[in-house]
Amino acid sequence: MAKVPGLVKGLGVTLGTLFETVTKGANTVQYPHEKESPPTRARGVIALHEGNCTSCMLCARSCPDWCIYIEGHKELAPPRREGGKPRKVNMLDRFDIDYALCMYCGICVEVCPFDALFWTPEYEYSEPRIADLLHDKAKLGEWMETVPEAPELEAGAEKKKK
Amino acid sequence: MMSMLAVEVPYWGQSLLRVLGGIVAVLLPAGTIVYVFLFKMMSFMQSRLGPMEAGPYGSLQLVAEVGKWLQKEDIVPERADARIFKMSPIVVLLSTFLLIAVVPFGPDAWFTDFEVGIFYALAVSSLSVLGILMAGWSSANKYSLLGGLRAAGQLIAYELPMVLAVIGVIIQAGTMNLQQIVIAQNSGSMFGFSGLGNPYVITQFVGFVVFMIAIQAELTQAPFDMPIAESELVSGYMTEYSGFRFLIFFIGEFATAGVFSLIASVLFLGGWGVPFAWFGWADVDSVANWMNIVGPIIMITKMMLVAFIIMWVRFSYPRFREDQLQRFAWKVLIPVSLANIALTSIFKVVM
Repeated sequence: MAKVPGLVKGLGVTLGTLFETVTKGANTVQYPHEKESPPTRARGVIALHEGNCTSCMLCARSCPDWCIYIEGHKELAPPRREGGKPRKVNMLDRFDIDYALCMYCGICVEVCPFDALFWTPEYEYSEPRIADLLHDKAKLGEWMETVPEAPELEAGAEKKKK
Repeated sequence: MMSMLAVEVPYWGQSLLRVLGGIVAVLLPAGTIVYVFLFKMMSFMQSRLGPMEAGPYGSLQLVAEVGKWLQKEDIVPERADARIFKMSPIVVLLSTFLLIAVVPFGPDAWFTDFEVGIFYALAVSSLSVLGILMAGWSSANKYSLLGGLRAAGQLIAYELPMVLAVIGVIIQAGTMNLQQIVIAQNSGSMFGFSGLGNPYVITQFVGFVVFMIAIQAELTQAPFDMPIAESELVSGYMTEYSGFRFLIFFIGEFATAGVFSLIASVLFLGGWGVPFAWFGWADVDSVANWMNIVGPIIMITKMMLVAFIIMWVRFSYPRFREDQLQRFAWKVLIPVSLANIALTSIFKVVM
């Protein structure tokens, strides 16, 4: 077959795409009417499991944008065993993530030693006011419902120690 | 156009009708080209749907855009030459309105029957260079100035092959009157075969190709959009314009595309006419009166065809570099069109 000049081939590509779009539909999605579901490991928003957090501040210190604000205090809890000393427990007063500053690097999720932070693929939380992008403890807790199930461990992988 | 109404229209009435007709003849093709090609065809060629929200299939998107532009603030840069800066978009649009004056739409439907119509059209089409240079210079902006100078260099370079390509048509038709060129194409015959008339796109094919490339460059459409190259010059000579002044530039760009498509269809595709032999018309006086209504429709169809080619090329090719662009005009297009003129005149004399 004789070689088709590139100029003609280029015109053919655009015309072919034109007919493909008309007959088979576009590759894009008409967003507010129809939605694509993002992949389960998509970095949409960070959820907080409050019960696991010890307010150790590792996430706040590792955050490159300084967008995590943590405040806590210590309380005395009754001892575990009879006759023991009362335990000191960290109480979380404030845990805010400012999504206007967050750059979705996920270092906080990586660094958390107690599995208190999770990625969820939700992405529809834009706000008309920038101050509303500061998600507080309660709102970050609500995102927990959208955290997808953790994938199955590979065969032969080390089981998590309880 | 006036005799069709069967009532005596006073001179001021005729003038008013001509002005209204001119506005419709400029803005209607511009709006159609923007919606059908710029919004929809470009989207389809990129496998997306384009505007879908404003009106059915986004057909009112242009109205929404115009509304948006009209409510924007009219900004004039502090150091700009304010009077020239404000005038230049009008100069650009003016050249488009002056162009439409000589385009015939039917056997009696014309604005002026100008004896040297195509000469006039080519002359006023270069008025827009003036407007673009004014815009580039008066903006007091480096990018605008560079864009304006590039535009001037490009428009002057491609004006030449355009004129030379038209000369082939003029030689073959033996007239510079656009109406006569249409009649010559539709009543002529190709090598003794008169079933199709003699559309010059066939006998003047080289001229047609050169003309199409030249108007692509004249309209600063990609691949010849060096003057408004957004990746290096922001938006070239239009950088400092906002609101309705930008809108006028925008209308000017696509209205000129429409008018140049109309002129191309007049010169090469037979304009408003169908081959006269089909209906047994001997000459233009015997053409039926209904052609004044059907003619503009045929004309718009041919215009859409030419505009489709322009836009198709625009959406397919990457931008020329400045030196490639100039070299292409001076070293390829001009020699080719000169050879075309020579061949045409030899054939004209021999046959």
